[in-house]
Amino acid sequence: MADTPFIARGFHGRRAPAPSGRLPPGQYETRDFPVLSAGPTPRAPIATWDFTIRDSDEHSVKWSWDELRALPRETPTVDIHCVTKWSKFDTKWEGVSVDVLLDAAHAGGVAEGAFVLGFCDGGYTTNLPLADVTGGKAWVAFGYDGAPLPPEHGGPARLLVPHLYFWKSAKWVRGLQLLARDESGFWEQLGYHDRGDPWHEQRYQGDP
Amino acid sequence: MQTEEMRLDGNAAGGVLREVFARDVTAALATCTGCGAVGPVGALLEYGHGMGMILRCPGCDTAMLRVVRRTGWLHVDASGISLLMIPESTSIS
Amino acid sequence: MSSGIRVTPEVTHERPAAAQPRLEWRVATVVSVRDETPRARTLVLDVPQWPGHRAGQHVDVRLVAEDGYQSQRSYSIASAPEDASVALTVERIDDAEVSPYLCGVLRPGDGLEVRGPIGGYFVWDIAQGGPLLLVAGGSGIVPLMAMLRHHAHADAAVRARVSVRLLYSARKLEDVIYREELERLAVSPNVKVTLTLTRDAATHWQGYRRRIDRAMLEQESWPASGMSRAFVCGPTPLVESVATLLVELGHDPARVRTERFGPTG
Repeated sequence: MADTPFIARGFHGRRAPAPSGRLPPGQYETRDFPVLSAGPTPRAPIATWDFTIRDSDEHSVKWSWDELRALPRETPTVDIHCVTKWSKFDTKWEGVSVDVLLDAAHAGGVAEGAFVLGFCDGGYTTNLPLADVTGGKAWVAFGYDGAPLPPEHGGPARLLVPHLYFWKSAKWVRGLQLLARDESGFWEQLGYHDRGDPWHEQRYQGDP
Repeated sequence: MQTEEMRLDGNAAGGVLREVFARDVTAALATCTGCGAVGPVGALLEYGHGMGMILRCPGCDTAMLRVVRRTGWLHVDASGISLLMIPESTSIS
Repeated sequence: MSSGIRVTPEVTHERPAAAQPRLEWRVATVVSVRDETPRARTLVLDVPQWPGHRAGQHVDVRLVAEDGYQSQRSYSIASAPEDASVALTVERIDDAEVSPYLCGVLRPGDGLEVRGPIGGYFVWDIAQGGPLLLVAGGSGIVPLMAMLRHHAHADAAVRARVSVRLLYSARKLEDVIYREELERLAVSPNVKVTLTLTRDAATHWQGYRRRIDRAMLEQESWPASGMSRAFVCGPTPLVESVATLLVELGHDPARVRTERFGPTG
């Protein structure tokens, strides 16, 4: 029965006063790096850590921690946008392009798929169209701000897909499943958008 | 700031839970589908900060109850609870 | 002083769950504000159609800005169920979004949107008997104060059969919320209040000067066999540490109830 909401006198929230052209609609800039997690921080031992790309027919390619870090790496500087409305500019990362991993996976017999499901320690999953993790748009990142990625921000490695809302940049990622049909991940099952483009405010299922 | 330092518990979820269940369930006993542990909803560990409410089993971290609010809908996944025993009276000993 | 005796008063707090009032947002009016410490302020509210509450419950508070931006937080009710108005005590956290507004901008006459009372687990009625252990860290004292105030309202005969021990950890003496009132309540023979200060350099303090640890709990809590219930409230790390220690000391985990306030509190 919410008609006109009650406006709290003098309340503005803790927001930057002037939005800049780099902010997607509905977002506010933050200088912090808030930690938002759906569960406790996993502590996977590096010695047994691996990253897998697999298809639905049990073809898979794996990299150990050392093997991943031996691949050509990049240092993207990107803006990130959380669906809870904060955006952070010029974040600096280090990681391996998902293009490099996918090329190696296909060379190793893994079938293509139009969709991807990222899976992680702790059980978190997130789905994205394949087109959103290829063409230089996504990384498996293990460095942040010049140092190893800390556990509370997804270390040892997380997915980094900065052009989509940041819940798609899955923390503690352990691999990608390639799928012919889209399959909802942890938050998408609960109503969040299958793609999540902040520039079109694709926050929830059904947002155009 | 570690996630574990920030987590709350089922008490903080009380308001949202009243919307879902139409009665207080923080004193209700929930059985975890992951490990079978039984305990009050108020003692479950809450995560999700801002995106939604995730209540996890303090023993095995299974997500027992997940709630997301968006315009016009409240999405609820209770598949981590195999049994919920809700007391009839609000005065529990 | 007897222990473990279940007290059955003539009037019970039982209310069939089907009769629970609908949980709705209401606009309360701020009646008065009172600074308890340099960082904590009590807001006394007049809430329309307030159904009454139980000690330990909280309200959700919602703030909406003119452009529709919203923030929501939960605050424990500090007042006893017997009190005429509803009081919340809020600790101001620097650079936070809601508490600086509640502690600095909100003034008597303003409206404040609240929803409650909420909670059925972290609640205590004197009908449940004693002995009772309360452990607070920082602003975790607020819901426990509602329990102490409820205890103080009871009939002398009832009160005398329910003993309470409070262990309260604060940074400095000036941060102890409700300090004078706690001293008055502690005059009662079956109410014991113990403070520990974790960052106070003042030399006149003769009490504990450290975080709550196993030895302190062993000294200040009830023996495991003779305790009816413990309520632990405050910052998450303190709550989890104390709850674990109480179980290590032999207390039944089902009798230890916790309410986490997050990273600060």
